[in-house]
Amino acid sequence: MAGILVVAETVEGEISGFTLELLGAAKVLSGEGGGAVTAFIASGPAQALLAHGAETVYTSAAAADSLAEVLAPAVEAAVAASGADIVLVAQSSLGRDLGPMLAFRAKTGVAMDCTGLAIEGGRLRATRSAYGGNARAEHTWKSGVQIVTVKGKAFDPAQAGAGGGNVVPVEVVGEARIKVLGVSKAVAEGIKLEDAQIVVSGGRGLGDPSAFKQLEELAGTLKQAAVGASRAACDLGWWPPAQQVGLTGKTVSPNLYIAIAISGASQHMAGMGGSKNIVAINKDADANMVKVSKFAIVDDYKKVLPALIAEIKKLG
Amino acid sequence: MNIIVCVKQIPDPETPAASFKVDEAAKKVIPAQGIAPVVNPYDPQATEAALRLKDAAGGGKVTVISLGPDTARDAIKHALAMGADEGVLLSDPAFADIDNFQTANALAKAIQKLGGADLILMGRAAADWDMGVVPTGVGQILGLPVVTVAKAIEATASSVKVERVLDDGFQSVEAPLPAIVSVSNEFGEPRYPQLRQIMLAAKKTVQVWTAADLGLGAEDLGAANRAMPLEALYVPKVESNVEIIEGDSPEEKARNLALKLRAAKLI
Ligand SMILES: Cc1cc2nc3c(=O)[nH]c(=O)nc-3n(C[C@H](O)[C@H](O)[C@H](O)COP(=O)(O)OP(=O)(O)OC[C@H]3O[C@@H](n4cnc5c(N)ncnc54)[C@H](O)[C@@H]3O)c2cc1C
Ligand SMILES: Nc1ncnc2c1ncn2[C@@H]1O[C@H](COP(=O)(O)O)[C@@H](O)[C@H]1O
Repeated sequence: MAGILVVAETVEGEISGFTLELLGAAKVLSGEGGGAVTAFIASGPAQALLAHGAETVYTSAAAADSLAEVLAPAVEAAVAASGADIVLVAQSSLGRDLGPMLAFRAKTGVAMDCTGLAIEGGRLRATRSAYGGNARAEHTWKSGVQIVTVKGKAFDPAQAGAGGGNVVPVEVVGEARIKVLGVSKAVAEGIKLEDAQIVVSGGRGLGDPSAFKQLEELAGTLKQAAVGASRAACDLGWWPPAQQVGLTGKTVSPNLYIAIAISGASQHMAGMGGSKNIVAINKDADANMVKVSKFAIVDDYKKVLPALIAEIKKLG
Repeated sequence: MNIIVCVKQIPDPETPAASFKVDEAAKKVIPAQGIAPVVNPYDPQATEAALRLKDAAGGGKVTVISLGPDTARDAIKHALAMGADEGVLLSDPAFADIDNFQTANALAKAIQKLGGADLILMGRAAADWDMGVVPTGVGQILGLPVVTVAKAIEATASSVKVERVLDDGFQSVEAPLPAIVSVSNEFGEPRYPQLRQIMLAAKKTVQVWTAADLGLGAEDLGAANRAMPLEALYVPKVESNVEIIEGDSPEEKARNLALKLRAAKLI
């Protein structure tokens, strides 16, 4: 039997935006003959999942913030009950652990951080980036359940509809060997990086951390803008790691991405290559970021940035 | 405290896009001219963590395992020069073209053959396939708890406390030993081997184990037994349509950019 099970996650009690993207992906696959869409949620608003396209929602007795080792057996039970042969997991902190765990338990494969999914001949074909973004790889599964983690912003979120369907409790949970002692959330002020329509990012070429003040000022003069950074800048302690853009950071796809003193390494591109319009400010005309951008200024950012901020303020 | 560190040799992940080539028919990366393979960047951080934990515990042994071609010996040598005690190279023609599921299985077998350890440290992901599944895989096979993406690690005789990097912050967890921990770049810079240590490392033993030594047969290995066949590998096309904004001074370029962005309704 075919079918697609989405593993849902919540943020402060609400279905996460990432989960809506998974449901969006599931809908596409279902349309290609992937079978019925069902969902699993540790605990939380199951009805919202029904409203966003799941036909059946499996819930568990586990807490919403349980670790993968606790959730894996429950997800497995939901897969068995639903008859799904495709499992979609977010490439989130939880999903990074849960995807591989489910795969090794079921002795099947997992494709991590997928950007493309398609049904061919009744089976899944997954596209993912490899070699830091320099290559694309396409995979199928030899047999068994096909497990993927999905990259953020790769699919449009599912829209809310009429809904309806069943909520089915799953009893089994895994043993908690790992104890959570505490969590500290990085609180970014203003709009979230992933939701921003404009992202202003800085790199190592800024030369010193105080330049981020100017980036914040630029973001402040624009609407719906957030400030990100390359890993080099984050590793130097110039900007918080939670605001890092790239392969190991956040995936963003804003309408406008302004990259200031960032070279455009493939691993950085992996997190922002989907931006609709890229602007580069870089003193090196050969920088990859310049090549991939729509508009670029080849000059010293120190001279460009104050004038850019002033002109945008003037334009109002 | 006995610690095992797993290190992988990979093509340099900072290979510029222009030098990165793929043989699409063979579905393989063509080694870039003049760019030597390197140790997966997270793995020296795992080695660094192991050395510090051994010191903090007042003794023990750090054993390094790498699965790969004969050149992977260099990845082991690097860890030995950092201060690890012994190395094991898992090398066999039968290991060519295996995926990270088969890799996890072979590493798990090697760890068992070494008699296990109090702690097994790995990198958060190998920067060739960018998967990050081997630590969890080895944990499933050996039945050990796995804590991923560590920023800081502290151990007692019976447990390990780890500060993990989450998408939106940090999480502190505790796991009973033996356990597996994967280390992230937030851990900080690893030490750089000094000449004297590089020379000392030359005297340290590196055992070589084949598939047969691990009890693995042809039915467990090779492209034909991948859980996920690789159907295609290629370099994505990037088109350049950049408009370089001109101007007599940086300030004028900035003003012209602002006007362009406004005209395009981007701001
Ligand atoms: C496994 C792995 C994962 C990674 N994950 C990520 C990730 O998630 N995100 C990420 O960003 N990177 C990641 N990286 C790192 C990546 O490979 C690059 O090293 C990094 O992105 C470089 O950052 P940068 O562009 O800020 O610095 P650099 O490459 O040093 O570039 C600095 C740029 O600034 C320009 N510049 C210098 N001075 C000025 C000036 N005065 N005015 C204007 N321009 C100037 C230079 O011309 C240059 O182009 C990863 C690497 C690995 C191996
Ligand atoms: N061939 C290998 N030899 C030794 N260790 C490996 C190998 N492959 C993966 N690892 C370990 O597993 C981590 C994650 O790799 P992966 O799951 O392949 O992304 C690496 O950082 C290594 O510590």
